[in-house]
Amino acid sequence: MTTREQLVAETFVELADTLVAEFDVIELLHTLASRSVELLDASAAGIMMSDQRGGLTVMASSAEEARLLELYELQNNEGPCLDCVRSGEPVVPADLAAMRTAWPEFTRRLQEFGFSTAQAIPLRLRSETIGALNLFRTSSTPMTQADLALGQALADVATIGLIQERAIAASQLLAEQLQAALNSRILLEQAKGVLAERTGLPMDQAFQLMRSHARNQGRRLGDIATEIIDGSLVLAGAKTG
Amino acid sequence: MLARVAEILNSIADGGPQASLPVRLCQECVVALSITGVGLTLMTADGLSGGMVAVTDRPAQGMEELQFALGQGPCVDASRSRRPVLQPDLLSTAVARWPEFGAAIPTAGVRAIFAFPLQVGAFRLGVLALYRDTPGRLGDSELTDALAYADAATTLLLDLQDQAGANREHPALTGALDNRAVVHQATGMISVQLGVSPTEALLRLRAHAYATDRPMHDISVAVVGRRMRFDHSEYGSTTIKGGR
Repeated sequence: MTTREQLVAETFVELADTLVAEFDVIELLHTLASRSVELLDASAAGIMMSDQRGGLTVMASSAEEARLLELYELQNNEGPCLDCVRSGEPVVPADLAAMRTAWPEFTRRLQEFGFSTAQAIPLRLRSETIGALNLFRTSSTPMTQADLALGQALADVATIGLIQERAIAASQLLAEQLQAALNSRILLEQAKGVLAERTGLPMDQAFQLMRSHARNQGRRLGDIATEIIDGSLVLAGAKTG
Repeated sequence: MLARVAEILNSIADGGPQASLPVRLCQECVVALSITGVGLTLMTADGLSGGMVAVTDRPAQGMEELQFALGQGPCVDASRSRRPVLQPDLLSTAVARWPEFGAAIPTAGVRAIFAFPLQVGAFRLGVLALYRDTPGRLGDSELTDALAYADAATTLLLDLQDQAGANREHPALTGALDNRAVVHQATGMISVQLGVSPTEALLRLRAHAYATDRPMHDISVAVVGRRMRFDHSEYGSTTIKGGR
């Protein structure tokens, strides 16, 4: 195995290894950015990802220039990364003229930083595009098909890890909500019992009393219930109807 | 495994109202495995049953109620230990591990229980319990399939929660929670009557149900209806004539 082949193999393992306990999204993205530079004949790389609200954020970069260029893309709303995320397809401009036509401001800034070309590879799983990998190069010759294919393969492996991580985080949130709903329901019923016993009110009126107290005080029913149970809140037993 | 979970979820999703999805999952599970009944229960982190989401037959229901009433049994242990509790021969093993629960087994119509915790990371959601009226193990492939049903049940509960939104409960789960409401209300009342925490009040309610051989639900209804009070007398409670 050549050194390059070895590095390719190692990179795939690194990017796929997301099930470890200390898995960190930012670290994965930094690995993807820095390995892309080493493997793909690029000078710098940056990664943008869509956030929960549908906006894009610069998440990782191999060099400060790459980060600035990506921020510039976001500020001016033009550039290969944005086109790539929107279309879900790789963006590989043929030459400088094509780049100037597509993104005049971005291309000017790109050249100021000493780069000649920029291409973007989507982070995509089936129909879902979650971001893009931007590759900045000082060489003006187009990227080879082999390098593009390898870049896409690296991006694909990283994307699977990222989507998996998002799914785990989402299901944990739902599990927490379900558990909280169950706990608060039990708490509420117990508080109704406590209040009914203390005031002599029927169960439904005890609940009305709790609810109107929560509303009047602008507080959560669950907090009121907790305080009724531990005795720190005593509500008057006047019939409220 | 993932493919099997997807297959289970697809097959129960075919037609019918959403509220009955948990019931259909349990029914399919009975058909797929060499068992006679299934119960799907919500559990709190400390192993308190939050109510039956679905149950397929009377013996399974009886087992679920009994474990809630006693606060012990394979489902409680599965939830607390976060591991499956497999009891292929209850008649010979249950008494040693769960004395009160085991004592009820001879007349329960259930001879084997396989209880699987439903959990996501650190969160415990409930238990899928498989019941059989004859003793005997689950084969290796059946055990794998049972785990797939448990995963499918977890996914289903999360999906219902996703549809309900934060701080709400899905209508499919409301029935389960309503069922237990009177017990929690009675627990609250007893805690005031005895001057103890709700946790201890629930233990007293359980003990009383066990000692008098009455369902916890009936005692709770009597307490909430103010026909019965708990006190510190020797008997532990007073019956009030003509209570509300």
